Order: sequence, then C-alpha cells, then structure tokens
Amino acid sequence: LDYQHVQVPFEITLWIMLASLAKIGFHLYNKLPSVVPESCLLIFVGLIMGGIIYGLNDRSPPVMDSDIFFLYLLPPIVLDAGYFMPSRPFFENIGTILLYAVVGTIWNVFGIGFSLYGICQVKAFRLQDVSLLHNLLFGSLIAAVDPVAVLAVFEEIHVNEKLHILVFGESLLNDAVTVVLYKLFRSFCEMPTIKSMDVFAGVGKFFVVGLGGVLVGLAFGMTAAFTTRFTKDIRVIEPLFVFLYSYLSYLTAEMFHLSGIVAIIACAMGMKRYVEANISLKSHTTVKYFMKMWSSVSDTLIFIFLGVSTIGENHEWNWPYICFTVIFCLVWRALGVLVLTFFVNRLHVNTITGKDQFIIAYGGLRGAICFSLVFLLPDFHRKKLFIAATTVVILFTVFIQGMTIRPLVDLLAVKRKRESAPTVGEQIHIRFLDHLLAGIEDISGHWGQYYWKDKLEYFNSKYLQKILLREYDQPKSSIVLLYEKLERKHAIELAEAGQLGHAPSHPSLLNDNRTILRDKKLEDALNPDVLENIQEILARNLYRIRRTGPAYNRHTLPGETEHVEHTKEILILRHRSL
Amino acid sequence: SPGAHHPSALSLFSLTVTSEQIEHLHRRFKQLSRDQLTIRKENFDSIPDLEFNPIRGKIVHAFFDKRNLRQGSDGLGDEINFEDFLTIMSYFRPIEMNMDEEQLDHFRKEKLKFLFHMYDSDHDGKITLQEYRNVVEELLSGNPHLEKDSARSIADGAMMEAASICVGQMGPDQVYEGITFEDFLKVWQGIDIETKMHVRFLNMETIAHCY
Repeated sequence: LDYQHVQVPFEITLWIMLASLAKIGFHLYNKLPSVVPESCLLIFVGLIMGGIIYGLNDRSPPVMDSDIFFLYLLPPIVLDAGYFMPSRPFFENIGTILLYAVVGTIWNVFGIGFSLYGICQVKAFRLQDVSLLHNLLFGSLIAAVDPVAVLAVFEEIHVNEKLHILVFGESLLNDAVTVVLYKLFRSFCEMPTIKSMDVFAGVGKFFVVGLGGVLVGLAFGMTAAFTTRFTKDIRVIEPLFVFLYSYLSYLTAEMFHLSGIVAIIACAMGMKRYVEANISLKSHTTVKYFMKMWSSVSDTLIFIFLGVSTIGENHEWNWPYICFTVIFCLVWRALGVLVLTFFVNRLHVNTITGKDQFIIAYGGLRGAICFSLVFLLPDFHRKKLFIAATTVVILFTVFIQGMTIRPLVDLLAVKRKRESAPTVGEQIHIRFLDHLLAGIEDISGHWGQYYWKDKLEYFNSKYLQKILLREYDQPKSSIVLLYEKLERKHAIELAEAGQLGHAPSHPSLLNDNRTILRDKKLEDALNPDVLENIQEILARNLYRIRRTGPAYNRHTLPGETEHVEHTKEILILRHRSL
Repeated sequence: SPGAHHPSALSLFSLTVTSEQIEHLHRRFKQLSRDQLTIRKENFDSIPDLEFNPIRGKIVHAFFDKRNLRQGSDGLGDEINFEDFLTIMSYFRPIEMNMDEEQLDHFRKEKLKFLFHMYDSDHDGKITLQEYRNVVEELLSGNPHLEKDSARSIADGAMMEAASICVGQMGPDQVYEGITFEDFLKVWQGIDIETKMHVRFLNMETIAHCY
C-alpha cells in the first residue's frame, strides 16, 4: 500500500466526497431543509466527524488551517457572490450598505471591545489579565458579519430584494474594515507604546485598504474583459480566464495587505458586462456552472470543518466571558442598526421599515471568517478563551438565529421576494424613470445618483465598450433583449402547442391607423425565416437575456425553473439540424 | 425669503419646504431664466447635460403641461414662473416616514399621474398604441443600430402585456383602446415608485402642515 504517496489528494477528495454525500442526504428528506438550514446540518455532521476522530485518535482533530480557508475556500464563494450580484439594487442602496458596513462595524468593534473590557474588570470572573487591547482585538474579529453564513441562511428565506442586498452587501464590504482593525490592533499588541500618530495612520489605512482593493479588482476586471476580446478562436479556455483573473485579483490584494474580498467583488462586477458579451454561450454556461459548483463545495467544506474544529482541546471554557460575548454581540448589533437606520431614514437616503431593521439586526450572522481570524491570533495565554468564545458565538448565530429566522420572517410578515415574471413594459418604465430623474437632476442643478449613473453610462458607451468588446456594433438595450426573449418564448410556446399556421385568439389592438396588431405580429413571428432569424440573433445574445434576477440559490441556477428554457434548447437543436 | 412671496406654492405642498431648498431652487430658476420672471422652452437649451437625454423633449414638455401645474385647465403653457417651477419639482419630493396609508396612496398616485401625463401626449386621458410607440422610439433613440421596426414591435408587445394585465383574456374581436390611468396604476403596481421617484436634495422637513 503506497498510502503516503497519495495521502494528501486522497484525504482532500474524501472530505469533499463526504461533504457532497451529506448534501445529498439532506435533500432526500424534503422537509428537513425547510426547517433547519443546511449550514446547521453541515456543522452537525462536522461535529460528529470531529467526535469520531477525537475518539479514535484521542487527540484534537485537525483544525482548519487559516491559510487553507482564506486562500482556497473563501475566494470561490465571494466570487460567486460578486459575479451574480444584482447591480441595480446594489448601487441604488450603496450608501446605506456602506454606512452599515463601515460605521456599523466600527461601532460594533468598539462597543463589544469596551464592554467586554468592562466585564473583565469584575474580579469574580478571573479575567483581569485580559487587557483592553486584547478585548478590542477580539472585538474586531467577532464584530463582522460573515457573508458565507448570511448567504447560506438568507438564500432559503427569500426576503425582498432590498433587504437581502442590504444584509448581504454589508457582509461583503465590511471585510475592508475588519482587515484594517484586526491588523491594526494586532500590531498595537506588539508595540510597546502607541502614539496618536499610529491611530491616525490606522484610519488612513482604512481608505487605502478599501479603495485599493476596489482599484486592484477593477484593474484585473478590465484586463479580463480585454483578454476575452481576443479569445474567439480558443473558446475552450475562455471560462478559465474569468476564474484566473478573479483569483489573481484576490491574491494580489492580499499580497499588498488590501482587502481581497472587496477586490474580487470589484473584479467580478466590473468584468461581467464585457466578458459576457465577448464569450460564447457555452463558455458562459461553463462559467456559471463551475462557479456555483466551487462555491457550493467551499461552502459545505467550511461548515463541516467548523464542526470538526469545535471538538478538541483548543478551548478554555470561561462561561461568563462567553455568555457576555454573545449578549454583547446581539445588543450592539441591534443598537447599531437602530441608530444608523434612524439617520438613513431621516436623511432620506433610504426608507427602511421597522420589520426590515429587525431582520437586518437579527441576520447579522457570524461565521468562518471570525473562526479563521481567531486561529491566526498570536499565541498568548488567553487565546483559548477567545477561541471558545468565537466558537460559541458562531454556533449560536448559525443554529439559533439561523433556525429561527425563517419563522420570524413569516411571523412578522416581512415583504418577500416578488415572484412575477419580467415584463417588457416594466423595463421600459424603469428606463424611462431613469432618464426622467437624470433630466430632473440636471435641471435642478443637483449632481445626484442619476446624474453620475448617466455620466458613467456615457463614459461606458464612448470609451469602454470600444476597447473591451469584440463586436462593438451590436450593443443592445436591455429593453430590446428582454423583448426578444419574451417574443421568442411566445413563438416557441405556440410552436409547441402545434399552432403554427393558425392564428390563436389574442387581444387585438386597434389604433387610429386601423392596423390590426394581432395578425401582423403573429404572422411575423410564425414565419419560419423570421423565427430562424430571431433564434440566431438571440443565440448570440442569449446569455445576456437570461433572467436578471439575483441568483442566490446555491442549488439551482437562474433561469432553470422554467420548463420553457428546456423547450427552447431542444428547439434550437432541432432547428439547427434541419 | 422667496417662499414668503409665493404662499400658494407652499400650500400646494402638504409639507412645507425649508427656506434653504426654496433659495436653491430660486437661484437655479434665475440662472435658467436669465434673471427674467418666467422661463420659456428655449431656456432649457442652456442645460448642457440635458442634450444627451433621449426623453428630453418629454421632460421639458412636462414643465409646461397645464395638467401638471394644477391649474385645472388643459393644454400647454408658453412660459412658467417660479411658482410653477416649484410645483413641478414638488412631484419629486421624497417619501416621509410618518405618512399614513391614505397619504402614501395619494403620494403615489400623484407621482404616477405626472408620469401618465408624460406618456399621454395628446391629453386625451389614454395612452394609445401610437403614443406608446413614440415613448419606446424615444427611449431607444440613443441606439443608432436599431431599426425603427424593432422599436414599434417592442411597443406593440408591451401594449399587449398591459392589455393582458389590465383586462385579462380578451375575445378575438375585443378592442383595447388604450391605457387609462386606472390601468396605468395596475401596470406600475410592482414598482415602488414612491421610493424611486425622487431627487434626493429635495428633502423636506416638517415645519407645519398646511393643506
């Protein structure tokens, strides 16, 4: 047996296999995922595994190496999140999201840090050797909301788009703040004296980390878009570029001590539009599937490892400290959300109802990022206490908050995701509104959101599209694309129903010119040449006209819930073979 | 302050504006009118960014549309004064947190009425197919590669959608005249216009209710 030779890849594959089999197991029982979120079940499996390993070896099971987490497990999930992020709601709410991510996180860090220091002063708890700085360091890693956990729970509860994007966007963007504060306090721990200059340097660093991350991401994103312009003859490796450039942006940002998460998100969002226009339909499908697959695997592995690492001798169970940590996390988050939302509503930046606020506060889940950061702490005598506290907080948020959030959403009758199909009319109206508001902003002399959006679009069409798109002469408005999609769907439905050649009953529209709309339009649609033409145009642009709804679900891909999508593909193949 | 000279403008708002906002708008008005008391259509040409807006014509038109100016009459005016300017701007005020259901509904309907008037260019209370086509053509006019026919078919498709939303299944000989305001409300049901249709700087503070 040459086990040594294959040990590492063999064990990795076994873990991934375990994770995937566990997933199949959960979905065999239909009721289970609706009551208990998957993340809980996976942690549970991890706990069992950890227990088995501990029992067999009588020593602590392998703890998830922080490097493995940050370098291999986290990037796919964040890439998936950034690539499928619905940009319209994201940018509409960007002010609120940034406020929660930056100010909210800082508030939480200092709040938790100082209150825990207060607890440490109590003689009865035997915690007096935990200094303020240590508490602040702990606060900085425990305060941040975790995107992996949030995604895992929120994708199953389908709240309305705005609420989802607020919590989710915050969890992604607070990485910049977390990175800065964590590194700052860690370096302070090692410095004998702290001058006020260092504090100011820390504040300045935050801007560098955040903006630097965005710039690095955009640079790689634009390069990726530019590269795909020339991949016409080697379609097979096109999807690779998407992943390579995104991963590079993450690694480069981490190398420069910038925020890798912000970089990879900026990269994905920046390149998406151009890359999708350049790559072939098949490449696009490949990108989508691989992204979902990798992020799914990562997600599962993270939760299982969380469970495994919980067992063992890494913990110091000082229950007062742990309980107060949990309490303070909840309290400070609730206070933070309340105060910030008050300002947001007052300044008319957004309108967030009380119910939404509750969900935002309650949905502040902690996850694997805190866990990895706590293991990265320098070894000092109280480290195990922090590890224990982190573990309990994560288990509490994922199990208790994760399981109860769905019944609470139902109980509070929070506005849910709108399930209606996209209509051309809606696209037209939204676009009309965009232009109207840009115009009013111009007239009133106010440089607001729509003004800048307009300017960006102008810059895009004048310069960016020329450089980054291969076929520049076919930029299509989203209205046109959506229309063509629906038109085609309609034509295919008719074809399926065997009504080619008959004119089915439809409302007829008479205008002043007395053109009977019904016959004209459907005859055009049923003409086989026109049908072929439409299919050809659409096949080229098909990737762009898939449902632009958010693809939160780890299990299904956007556009797959419609039976018509299948029919479409079958019909394309049939037509091509004719 | 300028607000004091225009009491009726203030009474049109259900919440008053701060004098700062009125000052700002007044300054802007004077800039556009070149220190005259009224603005004409030509004055809007002096706004450079507006040129690239595909629905520029409709926006300018909306300022002179008497239906928006709440004067109870119809047709297009030739010139508007500061009070009218304020009136139009009031359609873009943001939502207040303490509005009750009725106020909210009224608020939403007002904004939608403004939009409706923009679509309904011949002032007959219905958006006909021709008017809808006109809107879509203008919206897509920025794209030189689009054939005129595509814009028409898109408008036709959208009209059919609206018909099916508003009237449901129709018989083969039934005629759909056009989108009335009630139908328009139905079409916009899914879009939360009260939060979307506002210009942010017009944030009003309640000083007193005068309505």
